[in-house]
Amino acid sequence: MSDKTISLNVNGLSYTRTIEARMLLSDFLRQELGLTGTHVGCEHGVCGACTILLDGRSARSCLTLAVQAEDCEIETIEGQGEIDRLGRVQEAFRQHHGLQCGFCTPGFIMAITDLLRHHPLETDEQIREALSGNICRCTGYEHIVNAVRELASERGPIA
Amino acid sequence: MKPAQFDYAAPKTIEEAAALLAASNGDGKIIAGGQSLMPMINFRLVKPAILIDINRIEGLDRIELEGNRVRIGATVRHCRTATDPLISEHLPVVHEAMHHVAHMTVRNRGTFCGSVAHADPAAEMPMMTRFLDGTIVAFSVRGERRIPAAEFFVGSLVNSLEPDELVTAVEIDAIPPDAGWGFEEFAKRHGDFALACFATTLRAVGGRAKDVRVGMMGVGETPMRLREIEDIVDGTDVSDMMLDEVAKRLTDILTPNTDIHASADYRRHLSGVLARRALRAAWGRANGKGLDA
Repeated sequence: MSDKTISLNVNGLSYTRTIEARMLLSDFLRQELGLTGTHVGCEHGVCGACTILLDGRSARSCLTLAVQAEDCEIETIEGQGEIDRLGRVQEAFRQHHGLQCGFCTPGFIMAITDLLRHHPLETDEQIREALSGNICRCTGYEHIVNAVRELASERGPIA
Repeated sequence: MKPAQFDYAAPKTIEEAAALLAASNGDGKIIAGGQSLMPMINFRLVKPAILIDINRIEGLDRIELEGNRVRIGATVRHCRTATDPLISEHLPVVHEAMHHVAHMTVRNRGTFCGSVAHADPAAEMPMMTRFLDGTIVAFSVRGERRIPAAEFFVGSLVNSLEPDELVTAVEIDAIPPDAGWGFEEFAKRHGDFALACFATTLRAVGGRAKDVRVGMMGVGETPMRLREIEDIVDGTDVSDMMLDEVAKRLTDILTPNTDIHASADYRRHLSGVLARRALRAAWGRANGKGLDA
């Protein structure tokens, strides 16, 4: 009764799948599409590990149903770069030692991708507030802030 | 940590959504942003038979000025309310409050009306709606019903909607242009739910406070408008002596909970501190002292 067929775009590729209505977008990405870079931490919207971009804005994929993403454009960590050709945010994390265990990193990188497009990030206070929805349990925040500060300064002010 | 089974529909019109909700006989839930509902569904605290997604209904994503009222549609997200020029011009205290709401990623999805319907006693949107005497516009197969905020927030996470009604908008009267406002919230981390929060609007007429509104949240089962405190402030010049009286009166009338985050005594003390700051800020703004607005 509750199976739905959906079509959506993930990292520029179109997919069509038949799924249960209750399937979370996080589980859809990992189990149906094999995109396991999106990590699942708390599954109730607190930790930020599952952050993806939904039509260009960051969203918790554990608080979004896959059926809700019908006809939407999704971006995940897999769309950011390759092992031998990192995306710009990934490269900044590497340079600044912005990750330790790496579990939270995909969520941070997707959140930061949205922040760089839409938020001023002019002061450390703004950067820290902007990052406050993502938890790093290695507590490596200083290095993440350093990476974002560099990314924001090379981006410059937003309109 | 995974939802129980449910059916799902994404209607294109409000009428269709209302019909689906009515047909569910009380077992349907409306979803917009889902930032409060989805955690409850993931934990199976809520097990709807059908989830009715209103995100595909056109026209609900608008903030409009109708006469002197600001109307916020059911799918207007926090990131929009926080930056909309109609809100900052006509409801500056709401504009300020929005910057205390959750985190960026949650603001991208969560909606003003959804938060009002969720009726968390420590969330900014219900508090703003209650203290500014807003109107909740509900819709069902029986038609539209307008519910004053004073009758909407019944208890913690409990509203006065009928099982077949959904919220289509919240309307709030614009604050007079000469009014000052104050908003003071304390949470352990920015974006967390408030331990206590005090908001006020008032006008300065001939050196005296007039048309005083006072609201609080985080210190009761519902967001509150506090007439007793308004009566103390009204007609005074917002002196230190009056602020002492406000703080004392708050200690007498508030009955907050003790929980893992703070004791009742701490919340009462905090309420007085926040009241002083907010009333001073509002008085300064009403007198054109150019606070950092």
